[in-house]
Amino acid sequence: MGAGGEPHALHICGKGGLTGSTRIMPQDLDRSEPAELSYREAVREAIRDALIRDQRVFLMGEDVGRYGGCYAVSKGLLSEFGAERIRDTPLSESAFTGAGIGAAIAGMRPIVELMTVNFSLLALDQILNTAATIRHMSGNQFDVPLVIRMATGAGRQLAAQHSHSLEGWYAHIPGIKVLAPATIEDARGMLWTALEDPDPVLIFENIMLYNMMGKLAADAGPVEIAKAAVRREGRDISLITYGGSLWKTLEAASLLAAENIEAEVIDLRSLRPLDDATIMASVSKTRRAIIVDEGWRSGSISAEICARIVEQTFWEIDAPLGRVCSEEVPVPYPRHLEQAAIPQAAKIVAAAKVAVGRA
Amino acid sequence: MSDKPHLSRAHELDLLKHMIRIRRFEDKCAELYTQEKIRGFLHLYDGEEAVAVGVIPILEKADRIVSTYREHGHALVRGVPMKAALAEMYGKQEGCSGGRGGSMHLFDRATNFYGGNAIVAGGLPLAVGLALADHMRAENIVTACFFGDGAVAEGEFHESLNLAALWALPVLFVCENNLYAMGTALALSESETDLHLKAASYRIASEPVDGMDVVAVEAAARRAVRAIRETGKPYFLECRTYRFRAHSMFDAQLYRTKAEGEAWRQKGPIVRFRGWLESNRMIHPEELARIEAEVAAEINEAIAFAEAGTWEPAENLTRFTYAERAA
Amino acid sequence: MAEFRMPSLGSDMEAGTLVEWLVKPGDSVKHGDIIAVVETQKGAIEIEIFETGEVEQFLVDIGTKVPVGTPLAKIRTEQEVNAGIDIKPSQEALVIEPPATMSIAPHPIWPPISAVSPPPTIGRMRASPAARRLARSCNVNLAAVVGSGPGGAIIFKDIERQLTAATMTVEKKSPKGLDLDAMRVAIAAAMARSKREIPHYYLEHQVDVTPCEAWLARMNATRPPESRLLMGAVAMKAVALAVRRFPTFNGFYVNGKFEPSSGVHPGMAIAIRGGGLAAPAIHDADRLSCDALMASMRDLVARMRSSHIRSSEIADATVTISSLGERGVDALYGVIYPPQVAIVGFGKVVARPWIVDDAVLPRSIVSITLSGDHRVSDGHGGALFLAEIGKLLQEPGKL
Repeated sequence: MGAGGEPHALHICGKGGLTGSTRIMPQDLDRSEPAELSYREAVREAIRDALIRDQRVFLMGEDVGRYGGCYAVSKGLLSEFGAERIRDTPLSESAFTGAGIGAAIAGMRPIVELMTVNFSLLALDQILNTAATIRHMSGNQFDVPLVIRMATGAGRQLAAQHSHSLEGWYAHIPGIKVLAPATIEDARGMLWTALEDPDPVLIFENIMLYNMMGKLAADAGPVEIAKAAVRREGRDISLITYGGSLWKTLEAASLLAAENIEAEVIDLRSLRPLDDATIMASVSKTRRAIIVDEGWRSGSISAEICARIVEQTFWEIDAPLGRVCSEEVPVPYPRHLEQAAIPQAAKIVAAAKVAVGRA
Repeated sequence: MSDKPHLSRAHELDLLKHMIRIRRFEDKCAELYTQEKIRGFLHLYDGEEAVAVGVIPILEKADRIVSTYREHGHALVRGVPMKAALAEMYGKQEGCSGGRGGSMHLFDRATNFYGGNAIVAGGLPLAVGLALADHMRAENIVTACFFGDGAVAEGEFHESLNLAALWALPVLFVCENNLYAMGTALALSESETDLHLKAASYRIASEPVDGMDVVAVEAAARRAVRAIRETGKPYFLECRTYRFRAHSMFDAQLYRTKAEGEAWRQKGPIVRFRGWLESNRMIHPEELARIEAEVAAEINEAIAFAEAGTWEPAENLTRFTYAERAA
Repeated sequence: MAEFRMPSLGSDMEAGTLVEWLVKPGDSVKHGDIIAVVETQKGAIEIEIFETGEVEQFLVDIGTKVPVGTPLAKIRTEQEVNAGIDIKPSQEALVIEPPATMSIAPHPIWPPISAVSPPPTIGRMRASPAARRLARSCNVNLAAVVGSGPGGAIIFKDIERQLTAATMTVEKKSPKGLDLDAMRVAIAAAMARSKREIPHYYLEHQVDVTPCEAWLARMNATRPPESRLLMGAVAMKAVALAVRRFPTFNGFYVNGKFEPSSGVHPGMAIAIRGGGLAAPAIHDADRLSCDALMASMRDLVARMRSSHIRSSEIADATVTISSLGERGVDALYGVIYPPQVAIVGFGKVVARPWIVDDAVLPRSIVSITLSGDHRVSDGHGGALFLAEIGKLLQEPGKL
């Protein structure tokens, strides 16, 4: 891991080597894409691709235009696509998220960018009470084909109000879909599929991933958004995770391999719906599981996954299930405390060793 | 389209019938609610009919309407079939929302009726979004957004007005100021009680309107809609009205006096308009009787329809959460 | 005649108290009139009537709390008033049957919360679900398995290990020949558990086996050594027949109760050079002839020493017989091998002075002991059981 705790120089193949991301439509790109790029650039390319492909697509959010995006994701898009399609909004999360819902219902394909999950709470009413419910309340009369993107996660010493990981909370809500792209390929490919979905889709981009570099296949395009991916095969224990924690989990798997413990790493990719089939196949094979989740442990998505594992593979498991989550504390400011508060490879290794009886 | 309401007799009778139709329907809903045919929350429009009836008929078919949980009147005037609305309140599958929504969530795609919303001010951002789509596609479509004085306190009201003004979106904001947000009097919750001034502070064209006068409401609505179609910019109407019944059925109305209600009833929209028509000899008693009879018949038909309606099978519970794709 | 009922004013309103009538019998009323006041949890609410007609009669007194839907007054409808007659309502107010799935169960009475009782310790084994399932499908007796999981819990690989040890086909070049370490660990666990869980009682019975010895000498006189009958076979047959008469010594104590075994499969305790010990069963020993028993015993010993015992042979033993006579001890007080409920021990056959018909004569005496599980049997039964064995040994030819 790099000094800032972020993954770097990771080479990820678009197709070979990793399973789980299947093409759903062939792509003829009318411009060349860089062979090696950052996660941030991959997201930008995804947005550009969507804007070019479909005139109904537009991006709306705070500082997405002139500022170029809080995390520089949308840099350059304003000059390329103009102010009608790259819309800077006032600091009115509720209004512009609701506006995104209305525009989607009326036939556009908006991408609403909520600067971070921390501010999304101001739009929670629109997300839960409008986006997630309109199809149902209207008796299936209206689609809400809206995509909301948000940055999430801790690690930059931004302290308690700017460091939440609330993906698990959103995954609680029927009526929306929740994605957590952890790889360059997914950052590039999930957006289009989400835009084509007639239901609201929330995409969470972990802030520690934006600088991550990687290779992308020349024909990289849309990926499916309902399945988990096995990022590393193993027979001794399943490490189940998503988003920013994927890379710490892969690092933990390397450390465990040096001690002859072969871990299988599952990247959930979608938190709602959860890909039970992939999870259970893995846990049936290894008989042990640790879930790594940057949310706080209590009532988290890791708790949901544990419950599902017990429900569906009780007779196969051979050790208590474990979880590595953020500690029950608002995220502190100083670096050493922040790092102690969130999941780390060392904690994952320790939990795995307990599960295999080598503690 | 001209600003002046057409004061032809046919049109007048039309306005009266619309208001009577709403009033009788709401009263019947009250009765059905006491009999537990309608459940949950029921918010009735008695006293406010002139607002819906003044605004909605001048809209085009392609125009859009967003309303609140007190939306029966808007739905009926817009053309949502009465029996579908009542069946919806009964919870039957034949309801306009498939029985899934109830009184507070009447939706109808065919008439561009976007609900029915139980969150105060929750519909304003939605209306802004619908208008944004039309603006981006350069369509000549107006979105009429109805809400009460209570919504004015919510952040979403301010955010929505600001955004609509900033981006020049074709929204007709209609504030039905009935002086009470549930049990809280306007003067106790707003430092500035001239609500149209708040819209003006966002540089939105706005005016106060006598919400008990259906002709005045129509005239103001015509001005507003014309301005919106010509400029593409939003408009704000503060319709001053009064709610004759309680906030909802289960409300002891401890927060206002009976005398106040009585005073407003004297100048209620139907009483006033009918009185005006009668004194101008523009309506005969037989015509009034005919209107009442037609309305009563329609209501009875709606009740029969709702009573005969069917319950959605419980196996279908989890449908309509996500789009159903062809297998 | 119509009825004016207590209205529902809210989904959470279940009842209301009538506090005031605003009309009286004989008054005319019309649709929309406020005719009464009801007190609810939200305060006093005026209620309206939806009929037009005349108040006929009050049905409920002021101050009474009644459920929603209760008739409060009878109203003569407009038609009846005009016609001057009583019209029975042509139909009851339509009552919608809620669909069956919509019925709301009354609040369940929850049982009072008491402290969670601790799990019973006797007969309880901590084994993971995966381990239990494998043990069940491969017929491995969990009691015989030593757990290596947290707190001694049995986990999957313990069962796997047990299965491998049972087949014992792995030949080692070391002096051991089979994994005695693992066996010792298993024995330790079983013996410790036995002492922990089984309340042993001990009985000793000295039996004159002179006739038995004489019989054996006669039988063996004409046989080659490899087919000679030994006292052990005779003893086993006697025990096998005796447990048929005394079933509380033949079976398993499992999950808090004794399950007698329909078959008699005595386990024969065999010591293994290097420190091992096992007691594989001879199936249906009560039905085998002494010769057949002897052959089985020889076969078992041979296979034991070459590590070819099946785990089921160990698991199936319904009672154990242990003989240390050859080692020179007079009596042995064995430790019951769970989940069995008895172990019968034979000591050395010794020539002792004995009283026979008032004379003191040298006789061959053997001490037979019983260690019994006092949860299942007691001294009285044990004594009779041992006496039976002694009796059977007096007539070896009939065994």
